[in-house]
Order: sequence, then structure tokens, then C-alpha cells
Amino acid sequence: MSMDRRKFLKVAGVGALGLAGLPASRLLAADDPRFKPPAEGLQGKRWAMVIDLTKEAHDADAISVCHKIHNVPQLTNPRHEIKWLWNTGFKHAFPGLASKHMAVQYKGEHSALVLCNHCENPPCVRVCPTKATFRRADGIVLMDFHRCIGCRFCMAACPFGARSFNWVDPRTASNLDEPGEVMLTFPTRMKGVVEKCNFCAERLARGLIPACVENSSDGRMLFGDLEDPHSDVSRIVKSKYTIRRKQHLGTEPSVFYIV
Amino acid sequence: MNKRGEMLTGLVIAVFLVLVLSPILYNFAVGNARSVPDLKPPPGGEKQCVESKEWMRGNHMQLLFDWRETVVREGNRTYRASDGKEYNMSLTSECLSCHTNKDEFCDQCHDYLKVKPYCWDCHIVPPKENA
Ligand code: HEC
Ligand code: HEC
Ligand code: HEC
Repeated sequence: MSMDRRKFLKVAGVGALGLAGLPASRLLAADDPRFKPPAEGLQGKRWAMVIDLTKEAHDADAISVCHKIHNVPQLTNPRHEIKWLWNTGFKHAFPGLASKHMAVQYKGEHSALVLCNHCENPPCVRVCPTKATFRRADGIVLMDFHRCIGCRFCMAACPFGARSFNWVDPRTASNLDEPGEVMLTFPTRMKGVVEKCNFCAERLARGLIPACVENSSDGRMLFGDLEDPHSDVSRIVKSKYTIRRKQHLGTEPSVFYIV
Repeated sequence: MNKRGEMLTGLVIAVFLVLVLSPILYNFAVGNARSVPDLKPPPGGEKQCVESKEWMRGNHMQLLFDWRETVVREGNRTYRASDGKEYNMSLTSECLSCHTNKDEFCDQCHDYLKVKPYCWDCHIVPPKENA
């Protein structure tokens, strides 16, 4: 078959257009038939949490279980502290909403329970230069530690201080170097990466709800799919008055508070 | 050229040859300084890897990179091998469940090849039982 230059360019052009039309995902691993979601995993469209601040705060168990199963190191230098889930004063969690006339449960330095808000418009994701932090289809804002270059833009962008940086090697400088302290089921991190709460993505994959909710004192924390009208979280958010942290910034947090 | 010149040229060539061949001569002299790795099969007696042995030898790094990408970013956890068997895509809970002798297997080969995967800065090698 012979082909003149003009005809060749036409065919080549149409061919190139066709390729450009292929969705990028077809060229990546997304459709790879070798990979399947876990059969027993919990599926959601937008995972969310409700924390009831009218209940007395007994959050020590929830916090220690979270930090234990994720190998979050306990470091003695407060400037190196790593935290995924922690207590803080209501006035710090909700600046502008506290007053000296409030009920006593809002006054202590440990009155509020805070964690990553898994925002619908996460500023951390917008600034990350390597897409190490990204928002999953189920609404979880996740860290891909393999891609983190430690630039800490995400820490500057997060209005909630939900992210911690590993200033030191977490394995050698903390409780994790003592025998039996490290959990084999979850990797540690290394010096130079940023970390935060992952809404227990690894537990959801095994059909389990987040460990903090499972270990919270009665009714203090709830977990569910905000897009599922029958979930515990939807029921509460639709029937009660709830607030979110720094709502005016427009990041649309997925953690709701009953006050 | 006179005799002296010829001798000098010969000497230079001889020294040159000794220098060039010295690494090989050195290895002959010290014996098996760089012996080829002698890989031990999994101590548990498993006979088959995730994919064929030849494929694994050349592609296990890419397979692991694909696993970590799809597990962390796409939420997949199950791998369907070409023989239809299913595996949990995990570096420590899957690969090291058979290759429990990481130091004699992965490390021996990597040391020989001067490859240093940084995975173990985070991923925790299960401690050997009664060791
Ligand atoms: C079910 C047990 C099992 C699992 C899981 C497993 N392997 Fe293997 N692997 C084997 C066996 C058995 C062999 C030797 C096969 C043979 O000799 O034919 C092997 C061979 C290999 C080889 C080739 C060694 C050589 O001699 O060249 C590499 C590399 C390898 N495995 C890496 C891995 C990696 C990486 C993983 C995780 C992705 C993994 N294996 C998971 C059982 C396993
Ligand atoms: C037969 C020899 C051999 C064995 C056995 C072997 N590897 Fe490798 N591995 C290699 C080679 C060769 C490379 C590097 C290739 C390159 O640099 O592109 C490599 C690279 C890797 C890398 C990528 C490193 C990087 O930084 O790019 C990982 C991860 C890895 N191996 C994991 C394993 C694990 C886990 C095991 C044991 C279960 C194992 N390998 C066993 C030969 C081996
Ligand atoms: C900075 C810490 C860090 C480093 C370095 C690291 N990983 Fe990971 N890796 C993680 C974390 C955290 C997870 C998430 C575990 C989960 O969700 O179950 C993970 C998950 C994975 C997974 C899927 C789940 C599992 O249990 O294995 C694979 C596969 C993986 N990593 C491979 C690698 C390989 C290969 C390397 C080295 C080339 C590496 N990782 C280096 C932290 C790290």
C-alpha cells in the first residue's frame, strides 16, 4: 500500500486525537484488573464524624489506642510532638466562640477533642507539590508517605494544625525503640515526612470503624457516611444543631461537633 | 631501537597489564571474595512465588511499587496473580510471610548488587521467632 504525505498526516493526526481522548486513567493502573478492593471493606461516599462536646471528656483511651496502633511516637521534646488525635481547649478549637460565661465543660484546657477534619476543600491538598496528600473518592484526606518530600507546605496551609512533622527519627528517639512498643501491623514513619490522622483507612479496608470511635466513651464519637441518609452521622447532623471548626474558611470539614 | 629501549617498552607493557588485570588477579588471590548469592527458598516450604521465579527476579521492584500505589492511593488490597491466586498486597505481611529469612534472601541479593531499598525505614521487619 502506498501513501502520500498528506494522507499519512491525516491518519496520524486522527490517531493522535484518538489517543488524547483516552481518559488518563486508562493509561494508569486505575483499571488494572490485577488489583481489587478488599471484599470485607467498608464503602462510603463521604466518611464523617460527630463528636459530642456536651458529654464529659474521657478521651484518654481513644487517643492512646489511636497512637498505639499507628505507631505514633511519644517524644519528650514538646517541639517534636507528633499527634493524630488530641484534646485542646474549646477556645483554641473554636476561636471566637468561647466566653467566660460558658458551661463548665467548655472551659478546661482539654475540653475539645480534635483531629484532621478531612475537609471537602482541603487546602493541604491544593498546596502539596507532589500529590503526596490527596483526597480519596470516599472523602478521606490521606497521606501517601512514599511521596512526601517534607516541604511542610501542607502544615502551613492547614488551618487546624492537624499535621505534625517528623523532626527526628521516630524509631530511635521515642518509646518505639523499647521492646514490644512498636506495632508490626502498621509502618512507622521516618525523619522528614509529615503525618496526620488517616481516619483509619487501613481499618476501614478490613471492615472496621476507626479505633478512636470504637474506644470512645459512650456516645462521645460517631462515625458514618454523610451521603448515606441512614447513617448515625447523617441522622445527628440532620436532627441536631452541630458546628464545625472555622467554618467561615470554607474548607468544609467532615468532623461535626454537638455543643 | 637499542636493547635498552626494547626492555623499557616491555617493562611498561608488563606493568600496565598487571595494573589492568589487578582486580581479577586480586579476586583469584583471595578466593571467592564476591561469591554469587546463594538464595535460600522460604523456610516454611512454600514452593511458588506470587508470580514465576524468573518474572519475580526481574520485576519484583515494579510489582511492589504498583502495590503500594494501588493500596495507598486507590484503596485496593487484593492482588490477583496470573495463575488466579489472590494475595494481600503487603510488603511485610505478604512477601515476608514466605520469605521470613529477609536477611538471607532479600538482603543477600541486594547487598551483592549494592541496592539499598529504603522501605525498612518505615516498614517493620517482623522479628524472627525465638531469636
Ligand atoms: C507464597 C509464598 C511467597 C510469597 C507470598 C512471596 N514469595 Fe517470592 N518466592 C517464593 C518461592 C517459593 C520462591 C522460589 C521459587 C522457585 O524456586 O521456583 C520465590 C522466589 C522469589 C524471587 C526470585 C529469587 C530467585 O531465586 O531469583 C524473588 C525476587 C521473590 N521471590 C520476591 C518476592 C517478593 C518481592 C514478594 C512480595 C511481593 C514475594 N516474593 C512473595 C515464595 C513466595
Ligand atoms: C535475585 C536477587 C534479588 C532478590 C532475591 C530480591 N531482590 Fe529486590 N532487587 C533486586 C535488584 C537487582 C534490584 C534493583 C534493580 C534496579 O536498581 O533497578 C532490586 C530492587 C528492589 C527494590 C527497589 C529498590 C529501589 O530503591 O528502587 C525493592 C523495594 C526490592 N528490591 C524489594 C525486595 C524484597 C522485599 C525482596 C525479598 C522478598 C527482594 N527485593 C529480593 C534483586 C533482588
Ligand atoms: C515514610 C515511611 C514509608 C516508607 C519509607 C515506605 N513506606 Fe510503604 N507504606 C507506609 C505507610 C504508612 C503505608 C500505609 C499502610 C497501610 O495503610 O496499611 C505504606 C504502605 C505500603 C504498601 C501497601 C501496604 C503494606 O502493608 O505493605 C506497600 C506495598 C508499600 N508501602 C511498599 C513500600 C516499598 C516497596 C517501599 C520502599 C521502596 C516503601 N513502602 C517505603 C510508609 C512507608
